[in-house]
Amino acid sequence: MIDFHGYGPSIFSGAILTIEIAFLSLLLAVALGLLGAIAKISKNKVANAIATVYTTVIRGVPDLVLMLLIFFGGQMAMNNLSDWLYEAYEIDVFFNINEFIAGVVTIGFIFGAYMAETFRGAFQSVDNGQIEAGKAYGMNKVQIFKRIMFPQMMRHALPGLGNNWMVLLKTTALVSIIGLADMVRLASEAAKAVHEPFTFFIPVAAVYLGLTAISEIVLKKLEIRYSAGVVKG
Amino acid sequence: MESLIALIDQNEIFNVQTLLHYWDGLVMTVQLVFLSLVIGALLSVPLSILRTSDNPWISRPIWFYTYIFRGTPLLIQLYIIYYGVVFIEGIQDSMFWPVVKEAFYPCLLAFVLNTAAYTTEILRGAIVATPKGEIEAAKAYGMSWWKMTCRIVLPSAFRRALPAYGNEVIFMLHASAIASVVTIVDLTGAARDIYAQHYAPFEAYTFVACIYLCLTFGLIYLFKYLEKKMLAHLRPLS
Repeated sequence: MIDFHGYGPSIFSGAILTIEIAFLSLLLAVALGLLGAIAKISKNKVANAIATVYTTVIRGVPDLVLMLLIFFGGQMAMNNLSDWLYEAYEIDVFFNINEFIAGVVTIGFIFGAYMAETFRGAFQSVDNGQIEAGKAYGMNKVQIFKRIMFPQMMRHALPGLGNNWMVLLKTTALVSIIGLADMVRLASEAAKAVHEPFTFFIPVAAVYLGLTAISEIVLKKLEIRYSAGVVKG
Repeated sequence: MESLIALIDQNEIFNVQTLLHYWDGLVMTVQLVFLSLVIGALLSVPLSILRTSDNPWISRPIWFYTYIFRGTPLLIQLYIIYYGVVFIEGIQDSMFWPVVKEAFYPCLLAFVLNTAAYTTEILRGAIVATPKGEIEAAKAYGMSWWKMTCRIVLPSAFRRALPAYGNEVIFMLHASAIASVVTIVDLTGAARDIYAQHYAPFEAYTFVACIYLCLTFGLIYLFKYLEKKMLAHLRPLS
């Protein structure tokens, strides 16, 4: 066995934290992505413009820069807000941006933009006639979305969704930079303490590799599930 | 011009000194990204050809390399190379030490290995997608394997790989922000310095975000143009 010099349990808890961040930000990203995609294909010009700016700007800026901006800039904004509250209403509150929430929100926010593009393409690949048929049956918008759009668009969205998930998983390593005690940060602290980088970083890399490998298998299964009813040519 | 100077003078954060610092960061980022992309692309051409080989003893190790480098975060790869390079036996006495001692070269190495892995897979996909008829035609002309690869397979594979490679270039530009973590003063590093100096995170980071955005748009435009030129034969007639 590898000798972790007693850092094993803490790195293990860091791995759990990494997985938590990844899943929570995936949830946020999917929600934002669906909203963004609906806004992008809607006829409402304002929603359209907001969604376009969101997806273009977020995808044009490095995730690390956005993360630092949201984390440090957000803290600054919160400080200003509490100062203003104190001056205007004498309410003494202090908002502290928690690293965990900052990490989840930032990653979710960034990948929401990628998801929006994926979902937009998938929505557009659902045959228009199907939606018309739904309308002809007297379904309302929510019913059409739930019963017709969503199940069919998932088949088209899954490959892109899977890719985004893999990138998201690897992006979670960046939260260590804003000071969150995830697997990477704990490993690098341990590596610096005992001067053995390989002992700590290679297992961490292996955990990421394992997570990607598991994700690949799950995605294959999901793809088969959502492709049921499609005749392979 | 004078009003611009006046504006810069009034401004506490964006004075000449900090703008020069940003400029140095920009030069560093462009250098890092450009070098790693060029070296990575040069490496990926032979690797992708070997990756498509029928011999599993050749293709498997390359698959393994790309799998590892695509399956782990770049940050970890950078840490392993940056902190690990010191532990190579006798490196501190060798002639490479002055080169490796600085953060730039370990960082470049990590970026090169990472982008080479992604580019290899992109090129492999393009090579595999070569229409069978083209290869049969080349064989019918009596071309050797080498000639066929150089004349038929690679030129069309490069074209087919172009859209995906454009994404990889943008990805690399964004990934290069990680260099700031290992003491390199690239664009993000410059923003961090200026944030620390003036305690103005919002201004410092928004400014670099805009620069990155411009660089990204430039790259998107460049690749759109290249695609239009290189894939002209695939455009629908209209």
